[in-house]
Amino acid sequence: MTATKAPTPPPVQQRVVRRAGDRIFAGSAKGSGIFILLVLAGVAAFLISEAIPALTAPAEDIPGGEGLGSYIAPLVLGTLLGAVLALLVATPLAVGIALFVTYYAPRRIAAGLGYVIDLLAAIPSVVYGFWGLAVLAPALVPFHVWAADNLSWLPIFAGPASTSGRTMLTVGLVLAVMILPIISAIAREVFGQAPALHREAALALGATRWEMIKMAVLPYGKSGVIAGAMLGLGRALGETMAVAIVLSGGAGATLNLISSSNPSTIASNIALRFPEATGLGINTLVASGLVLFVITLAVNMLARWIVNRRADFSGAN
Amino acid sequence: MAKRIEVSDLNIYYGNFLAVEGVNVSIEPRSITALIGPSGCGKSTFLRSLNRMHEVIPGARVEGKVVMDGVDLYGADTDPVDVRRQIGMVFQRPNPFPTMSIYDNVIAGNRLNNKKMKKAETDELVERALRGANLWNEVKDRLDRPGSGLSGGQQQRLCIARAIAVEPDVLLMDEPCSALDPISTLAIEDLMAELKDRFTIVIVTHNMQQAARVSTSTGFFNLNGVGQPGRLIEFNPTEKIFSNPDQKATEDYISGRFG
Repeated sequence: MTATKAPTPPPVQQRVVRRAGDRIFAGSAKGSGIFILLVLAGVAAFLISEAIPALTAPAEDIPGGEGLGSYIAPLVLGTLLGAVLALLVATPLAVGIALFVTYYAPRRIAAGLGYVIDLLAAIPSVVYGFWGLAVLAPALVPFHVWAADNLSWLPIFAGPASTSGRTMLTVGLVLAVMILPIISAIAREVFGQAPALHREAALALGATRWEMIKMAVLPYGKSGVIAGAMLGLGRALGETMAVAIVLSGGAGATLNLISSSNPSTIASNIALRFPEATGLGINTLVASGLVLFVITLAVNMLARWIVNRRADFSGAN
Repeated sequence: MAKRIEVSDLNIYYGNFLAVEGVNVSIEPRSITALIGPSGCGKSTFLRSLNRMHEVIPGARVEGKVVMDGVDLYGADTDPVDVRRQIGMVFQRPNPFPTMSIYDNVIAGNRLNNKKMKKAETDELVERALRGANLWNEVKDRLDRPGSGLSGGQQQRLCIARAIAVEPDVLLMDEPCSALDPISTLAIEDLMAELKDRFTIVIVTHNMQQAARVSTSTGFFNLNGVGQPGRLIEFNPTEKIFSNPDQKATEDYISGRFG
């Protein structure tokens, strides 16, 4: 400002000072961003190029003999069924755990509980698989029988009940336990950051603790919970080992969660068939992988859209 | 509506730390009582103890009595939630709920108290509260927009509308203008002058001109040194405090000869 008042100053070129630290940081950040895009593009390119032979092959050459669509459709259904079931069970539970840890539990218990839940994420999926097979599946057999007897008017409980318990229902519950730590860790983080300003505003209006949580914590944490749920859904969609061990899959498309004939999931089907697949069989499996990739991408974009829809009210402004 | 608050021998603690010691004061209904004093002297802490917001902080507690029209606010059978429904509060920083519209912000407290209200009733209530807070004309066309989109002064008046919408007996204000520009401050001060006909108002302020302009009584808090508890040094009509205070410390603080 003062420079303009100086008597006829020579037209100085505004030189932007470029500091080495700034440039290195900007460059490495940009590099990381480009790198992740390249990796993603590489994976997509691989999937597409390997899937093309299966996409163009005549229907009778595809395993199953009825074309790619009818090969992949039951797998897509199985994948979505197990993952959605897991999400429906895990999300409310994770939100409850997160609220308990952040607002209800005495502080010493809260910290311990947080560690225990994080520990769930450290268990290898193969262990979950064997736990599901050896413990959960037999334990759920009585419920399968009861559901087939009493709830068979619902398509998902049409029965007949599986005697082994290796059903989509059991898979969904195993997956729910597996994605619980991701969702609850993120929910815990966002709930803990709900601004004291708004929590006190609610309390000062005469809100009980639950009402305070409803007014100030849950709305604030909603987008975080959705993001966490989508991360969990991504893991559930792609989970391979646990599903491959627990599920007795391979049957056609059905919504029935409790019978012994279940559709397989994309990831577990690839894992189980890949060692013996040759030629077009491999291309078909890669094509199913491409479908899984697209589903995951669509789920994430949907979540992003849901979060952004009410961005004005998010509290971020 | 407006009620008298009698405070006797109030000690306020954070854990084992005695923050405010031995407050005895009687706050008159339908008046504005200002609390002034240096930072850290416990005036905000005292204010928050009047509607039991103090105990929201882990480990915080009080000893002594706060009686509002014969009811001991710290009695064994008094629910802090009920206390806060009768004694509203406006905070230092405007804090409308960011996830709610202007309309929903105003009736947030009413939604807690009484679940079922007809649309026409809530509409009327929202208009009355917003008019009461001198905000109606500025927001009547955008009641469905988020409250966080308003200016700071408008947000603070929205918070006042939210507080008065539940028709409390007492309104506590914790430095309500410290984050606002002079014009918004003036708007809030005018509003306080109108509201004192209906409510008992207690305001904490660092701005002594503000205390002198708006209040009927003024309390001066001070502390002897860091780590010492804050005390209510003097409580008198505002005119007396600012012209001829009883205590030397009050005079020193008001005239700027501090220390």
